[in-house]
Amino acid sequence: MKISIASGKGGTGKTTLSTNLASYLSQNLEVVLTDLDVEEPNSGLFFSGEIVHKEDKFKMIPEWIEDKCDACGICQNACKFNAVLQFGNFISVLPELCHSCYACSELCPTDALPMITKKMGELTHKKMGNLSLIESRLTIGEEQAVPLIKQTNIYVKKYLSSAKIHIFDSPPGTSCPVIEATKHVNFVILITEPTPFGLHDLKLAVDTMREMKKDFGVVINRFGIGNDEVINYCINNGIEIIAKFPNDRRVAELYSKGELLYLQIPEFAHELEKVKNYIYDLIEEFE
Amino acid sequence: MKIAFTSNGKDLDSIIDARFGRCEYILIYDDLSEEIEIIENNDSAADAHGAGPKTAHKLYNSNIDVLITGNGPGGNAAKVLERSKMEIYIGAANKPIKDALDLYKENKLEKL
Amino acid sequence: MKEIVIISGKGGTGKTSITASFAYLAGNDVLVADCDVDAADLHLLLKPDFGKEEDFYSGLIAKIDQQYCTNCGRCANVCRFDAIPFKNNHFVVDTIDCEGCAYCAKVCPTSAIDLLPAYSGKWFSSTTRLNTPMIHAHLGIGSDNSGKLVTKVKNEAKTLAESENKNYILIDGSPGIGCPVVSSLSGANFVVLVTEPSISGIHDLKRIYDLVKSFKIKAGCIINKFDINEKGTDEIMEFLKNEKIEHIASIPYNENFTNAMTNAQTIVEYDKGELTEILTNSWEKIKGIIA
Repeated sequence: MKISIASGKGGTGKTTLSTNLASYLSQNLEVVLTDLDVEEPNSGLFFSGEIVHKEDKFKMIPEWIEDKCDACGICQNACKFNAVLQFGNFISVLPELCHSCYACSELCPTDALPMITKKMGELTHKKMGNLSLIESRLTIGEEQAVPLIKQTNIYVKKYLSSAKIHIFDSPPGTSCPVIEATKHVNFVILITEPTPFGLHDLKLAVDTMREMKKDFGVVINRFGIGNDEVINYCINNGIEIIAKFPNDRRVAELYSKGELLYLQIPEFAHELEKVKNYIYDLIEEFE
Repeated sequence: MKIAFTSNGKDLDSIIDARFGRCEYILIYDDLSEEIEIIENNDSAADAHGAGPKTAHKLYNSNIDVLITGNGPGGNAAKVLERSKMEIYIGAANKPIKDALDLYKENKLEKL
Repeated sequence: MKEIVIISGKGGTGKTSITASFAYLAGNDVLVADCDVDAADLHLLLKPDFGKEEDFYSGLIAKIDQQYCTNCGRCANVCRFDAIPFKNNHFVVDTIDCEGCAYCAKVCPTSAIDLLPAYSGKWFSSTTRLNTPMIHAHLGIGSDNSGKLVTKVKNEAKTLAESENKNYILIDGSPGIGCPVVSSLSGANFVVLVTEPSISGIHDLKRIYDLVKSFKIKAGCIINKFDINEKGTDEIMEFLKNEKIEHIASIPYNENFTNAMTNAQTIVEYDKGELTEILTNSWEKIKGIIA
């Protein structure tokens, strides 16, 4: 069972839910938590596990071979991303802008731009008892999260597919990285706050899920502040509310120190139990 | 000598744009002939990314000797500009071009 | 005219609520620009009238003209993004996966593939309920937020602010540390960093300040919820001191932040206590610094 935790915007509790849920479920089952917020992965801040594996992740970029080049200009013309530019007899390749489409390389009549690997990020695999944490971090300056998200998913599929439950911490927003991080999962949990900002961002996230034809449910964070509009919206649109985490200043305090919440706040653990049961039902249905 | 400015307008009274890659115009002033040449830089729909290197490419093809700008080119653009012998001066943002030109002649601009 | 950008790196630190309060305090002196185009929320507080709207295109997307397609499959073969599946006896472009590289069009023997500008959202020129002009935008689903839409919003804001003789442009900046935030920073006169004393808040503050520093823009910092983690706040204060960043204010954990939002008001309209006082002083302080 693959579950993605997503939200329309940042700061609504995505990482709080993913880390606590993964840890909570791992009390009984083997769980893999994969942080796909590759620009700013911080699930790792909540766990002190043993690093079992670390590897560099690469993308393909063209490398210019001066001797073979006759400066015909086809490569520059083929590149729609300004990643290959010609300056007189010199070809400049800008790896951060390259989308690895291979057009310049394969259209070059003299094979002067073979594709080579370039590091775009790093994957870390940690283990704490039943829980595996996979975290990929994009190298600073790299602009494209999607290729690293793809490769991280490939790693998880290859080495950890035997785990019963997979939780994916998705990047915030509604753009391509979110779609890449959620398109392969069975179910998406959208987390939001019961405030006007929360409602507005939830609607964007719901539109995205509907466009992708994904099954999803909602978890409300900081329940008790704001108003009833998020709840009314969910009811009117037939969206299931899986749990409501109470608004509690201690949540902000514990999160700020990188500590798990359910161990110290019983009300939080109580709601987490609901999420767990919901997921168990999903597994049963699924199987 | 050809001196280029990242500009928000088309004459010497225009203000220098702090931005490099996404400046609206490149104004090129030839201090011998006193002629002005304008390169439009409002990029096409294709250029979601890589505006900096593309602007650098335009400058390279115009055989510029000196560039006067604001923040200075970003990493990618700076890398491709290394190919040219162009001198780059920064910190002239929000000044009228003609004032920046005077400062340049008096050697008062910061060289990159 | 001065451009003030408010950024935070991490989401949920109160950046937008603070921007809206400054907009209220600045009254007629200001034009507001929302560059947080991924999750634009400022309009929920300032209620702009969406006076004028325009579509926005960024990047390219392939389109196969079935009339000329011979089903040879070369396009699908060269596509590295698996964006040209064969469905119902036709090759079609998957608009979400297509990156607009145009390789397919280059190899098509019958020139059946065109690259069209990709629709990526809308931008608006409005008047808010406070009667201030506002430029804002919405990114479409699955669209890539490049610096381009942010640049568009900023350019429109600048032109309008000049023609209306405004003293300040207040910019709700983009999140993260990528291309969009670079675009929201460039050309700014002052940056307000909004942070909170959590591990991720502090981490993001440092990353984002590296970027601000590279632009040589003067910066000040507001620490929100400073009292949830005193050790964290101390660490931030130490960082501000070392980097010579102006400490503008520390705001305590206070639910009126959320209550104001729930009432669709700015904090300074809703709160009659410490928050309004702190934010009013902050705005005066910022005006003093950039004067």
